[in-house]
Amino acid sequence: MAVAEPAHDTDHDHHEHGEFIAHHFDSAEQQYDSGKLGIWVFLVTEVLFFSGLFVAYTLWRSHHPEIFTQAHVFLDKVLGGINTVVLLFSSLTMAWGVRAAQMGRNRVVAQMTLITMVCAAMFLGIKAVEYSHKWDLGIKPASLWHYTGEHTAAVGPLAVSLGISDWLVTLSIIPAILLIAFVVVSVVLRLMDKPVWSTFSAGLAITVGGYFLGAVGGQLYMQASEGSSSHASRAPVVLHASSAGYQEQDHVAGQEKAVDSHAADAKAGEAHPDGNAADEHASNDHGTDAHAGDSGHGAHAVDPHLPRKEDLDQDVRIFFSIYYCMTGLHAFHILGGIAFLAWIFYRSLVGHWRPDYFGPVDYVGLYWHLVDLIWIYLFPMLYLID
Amino acid sequence: MAGNHDHGFAHPCPPWILFTTFFTLIALTILTVITAGQPYLGPFAVFVSMGIATIKATLVALFFMHMFWDKPINILTFLSSFFFVSLFIGFTLLDTDHYQNQINAFPREPLIIPASAAPAPPPAATAS
Amino acid sequence: MSTAEIRQKMFGHADKNYLNHSKGFASWALTLDHKRIGIMYLIGVTSALLLAGVFALVLRTHLWVSDSGMLSDAMYNQMFTLHGAIMVFAFIIPSIPAALGNFVLPMMLGAKDVAFPRLNLASFYLWVCGTGFLLVALATSGLDTGWTFYTPYSIRTQTSVVYATFGAFVLGFSSIFTGINFLVTVNTMRHPQMGWFRMPLFLWSLYATAIIQILATPVLGITLLLLIMEKLIGVGIFDPALGGDPVLFQHFFWFYSHPAVYVMILPAMGIISELIAVYSQKKIFGYTFIAFSSVAIALLGFLVWGHHLFTSGQSHVVTLIFSAITFSVAIPSAVKVFNWLATLYKGSILLCTPMCYALSFIFLFGIGGLTGLFLGALSTDIHLHDTYFVVAHFHFVMVGGTLTAMLGGVFHWWPKMFGRMYNDLLGRVGCFLVFSGFNLTFFPQFVMGARGMPRRYASYDPEFVIFHQWSTVGAFVLGAGIVLSVVVLVYAALYGRKVTGNPFSGASLEWQTSSPPSFHNFDHPVVMHDPYDFGDMVYDETLDSWVHREFIEPDRRPEPVPAHH
Repeated sequence: MAVAEPAHDTDHDHHEHGEFIAHHFDSAEQQYDSGKLGIWVFLVTEVLFFSGLFVAYTLWRSHHPEIFTQAHVFLDKVLGGINTVVLLFSSLTMAWGVRAAQMGRNRVVAQMTLITMVCAAMFLGIKAVEYSHKWDLGIKPASLWHYTGEHTAAVGPLAVSLGISDWLVTLSIIPAILLIAFVVVSVVLRLMDKPVWSTFSAGLAITVGGYFLGAVGGQLYMQASEGSSSHASRAPVVLHASSAGYQEQDHVAGQEKAVDSHAADAKAGEAHPDGNAADEHASNDHGTDAHAGDSGHGAHAVDPHLPRKEDLDQDVRIFFSIYYCMTGLHAFHILGGIAFLAWIFYRSLVGHWRPDYFGPVDYVGLYWHLVDLIWIYLFPMLYLID
Repeated sequence: MAGNHDHGFAHPCPPWILFTTFFTLIALTILTVITAGQPYLGPFAVFVSMGIATIKATLVALFFMHMFWDKPINILTFLSSFFFVSLFIGFTLLDTDHYQNQINAFPREPLIIPASAAPAPPPAATAS
Repeated sequence: MSTAEIRQKMFGHADKNYLNHSKGFASWALTLDHKRIGIMYLIGVTSALLLAGVFALVLRTHLWVSDSGMLSDAMYNQMFTLHGAIMVFAFIIPSIPAALGNFVLPMMLGAKDVAFPRLNLASFYLWVCGTGFLLVALATSGLDTGWTFYTPYSIRTQTSVVYATFGAFVLGFSSIFTGINFLVTVNTMRHPQMGWFRMPLFLWSLYATAIIQILATPVLGITLLLLIMEKLIGVGIFDPALGGDPVLFQHFFWFYSHPAVYVMILPAMGIISELIAVYSQKKIFGYTFIAFSSVAIALLGFLVWGHHLFTSGQSHVVTLIFSAITFSVAIPSAVKVFNWLATLYKGSILLCTPMCYALSFIFLFGIGGLTGLFLGALSTDIHLHDTYFVVAHFHFVMVGGTLTAMLGGVFHWWPKMFGRMYNDLLGRVGCFLVFSGFNLTFFPQFVMGARGMPRRYASYDPEFVIFHQWSTVGAFVLGAGIVLSVVVLVYAALYGRKVTGNPFSGASLEWQTSSPPSFHNFDHPVVMHDPYDFGDMVYDETLDSWVHREFIEPDRRPEPVPAHH
């Protein structure tokens, strides 16, 4: 960094420019105030960034309320609720961490930051369970929509033996690699007598552990609750009268689907520009009963608790597009948040925080609270309809 | 415990405020889950759930984000963003309301589509 | 330090300055100095200007005859799209704030740097990265959707929409970071004695611009992100075949892009305020009105985006509302123009290159702004929408407005940036070529458009040939003017006559530094006074510079108020 000694001239008060004050600021307070305003302004940009998705949600909910009532059966309130509690708790620990930083208690900051990171990873783990469960059912954004009312079969040996979704295994590969890597690196660094970096790596390993905590917990819950009241308990939803404009098309589509499903699946095996997902599902969609997640109903494993595909409105896939965009973008911000928290974690281990220099903790905290704020709205908007 | 105030601008939040806020948030979360399932709310359900969400958001902002003690400029900055979001939502809602029939009448792709028959262009070309 | 030394440091020519403070590629590539970042941005945006300008010349050459076939239709579509996309996203939006603003803003405030120097550098690299993606789009299948990326065509087309939109997305973040930096810097890093109403007007305009960048650009971000998702995984929000709404895309797009045009023009207006004041040596008329009008334009600019959608299927109710509000946006701009004219009146005019550009601006922006009213009125817009009238209107405000002001500003601050003077005669020749070339290019387009010539058409009715030919000749003259100006400036930077700190009697704080400035800008006390009080400035022969009167009378030493504690 091109930091030069500031040229202090004759009429300076000899204010101590501590190493934590950047050269272009006159005082610690000016630095803090600037950073604070800066982060609030950045949060404004984040609010506006998400606003587009809130607009899309509002428009579709107000013009097509039926797709919301049909679609929400696929979303599990309990998992969403757990995620909400996890994030609220992480906000508490983050706020506690900011308080500790203001008092110069670096150890507490490190601990609180670590807990916050674990909560964040747990959130992502639960999300992974939710997403993989949906992808099993073919519930994907609009043009990849592939819902058939059946659970698709797992094919990977790992997935079959664990009784979980193939998708969940795929999503968990990177976290698994990271977990092992961080543990190994931590041990190696400890042996190389670099305690701070070793603790840092251990912290990252614990964070990734949080992902598995969430994923395992979520998966256990899913298996326990198949057919329970919080999830898909309603009778198949009847076609809404207002979709009269394309009701015929729906029926036609439904019948065509029944006839063509296997032909279509065969076609889906062809090369498709961005259809790797579709290919996987082509093979998954033959309805063989190897999947432990369904209720063992026989060859086509139709789950009676799920709506029939013919009963879903033409536009229900737009709900899921919006769902994936909103929760996906939010999850991306959680991931970014984990990265920022890791940075704060490292700096706490090195003992950077003091009562006149704690800005970065405060700023990352504000970012984290915004992520929580957005989820506070997403949860009722997506999960608590009706 | 109440940290040193060398430079006077640190204001550590008292723990009781943090905990009270947290438990209130949990209680409100439970409340919103319960009220979501209630049929008697009818069309007001969405207002109730958004209202509770807003209360929760306000608590997070005021106490976790320390806005209660913050400078007015920061508060004004943050709140102004919601004004502009409401402008955006308001005008688009007003507009789309009027031409929904045209959108609804547009022929759609069938709901269950085989992956290779996407509406776009020949498979040989890349999408980007 | 003796008084003489202080005065030399403050107002003299400095051989040791920010340019040679440290050497080597890394010292520039990793610099945190706002002045160096400004210079790098200037080089970058000028390159973008020249590249997109070449595309424009290709287009104009193709349009020499009514059915030239010089370019295929597909190629023509690509040319105007890339011209637009590069000009809008890579040149004009960053241009004044990032290139001139970065250099001048901290110095005008009496600060050592912007609030977040690393964010500043990041902003620059995001610009490089975003422009890189646009160039990748160019090099691969190109782009033929128009710079506005309207759906559903942008979803269906096989050209490199994803690269280009991602490039624009990244450029958006560059813009946001600049906005955050400027907003915070103006709020927290002003000189201790500089209240809001003692700031130069360029800072007011940059502040208003920052507000827009912060509020509007994220919406562009989400729009482009959704478009990319639409293309990659088909989310269906904008695609009618999946149940989406293509007019909604236009709402999303213009919610940003209309305020974006105020991002383009507000800094330009700020520069004009500075130029008019300095080169009339007269206190700016109606300071408070101009300051508030900048903020008013910024805020009102958010209420009018629907005027881009009048013929797109937008509902009547909303169309009426947007049209009515659009008329109101003209008012603050008019306030500024009247105040500038009043400032000129009975001023002591110095007709140097920057002043020539400033006067050109008033004329050309006046026309551009007034023609906006034709487009804001529904009955006329029905006929004028998507014709050359629109093309002429926005070129008058963007080229006749922003580019003109930028050239004026660059000339004005060039001696400060490099400590060397440009050749004023050649500079004015350049201005003349720009002005006359510009008018010849775009004035006929108003006529063409009113007579029905549609925009973005590769071939046209023979009745328009003569207009197109004038336009093409004008385009080359304009191009020559721009190139000449660039050459004059580059030559000056390298070989120009050395100048001192304040050759034109500017009264704002950036003129109380050496030319070029030192690394820290202010190693010395400054005198904080009204930035438009030219009566305070006196010419000092020994220094060959204009200085504040406090430095002339030796028995009245300046009050020791340091720029920093």
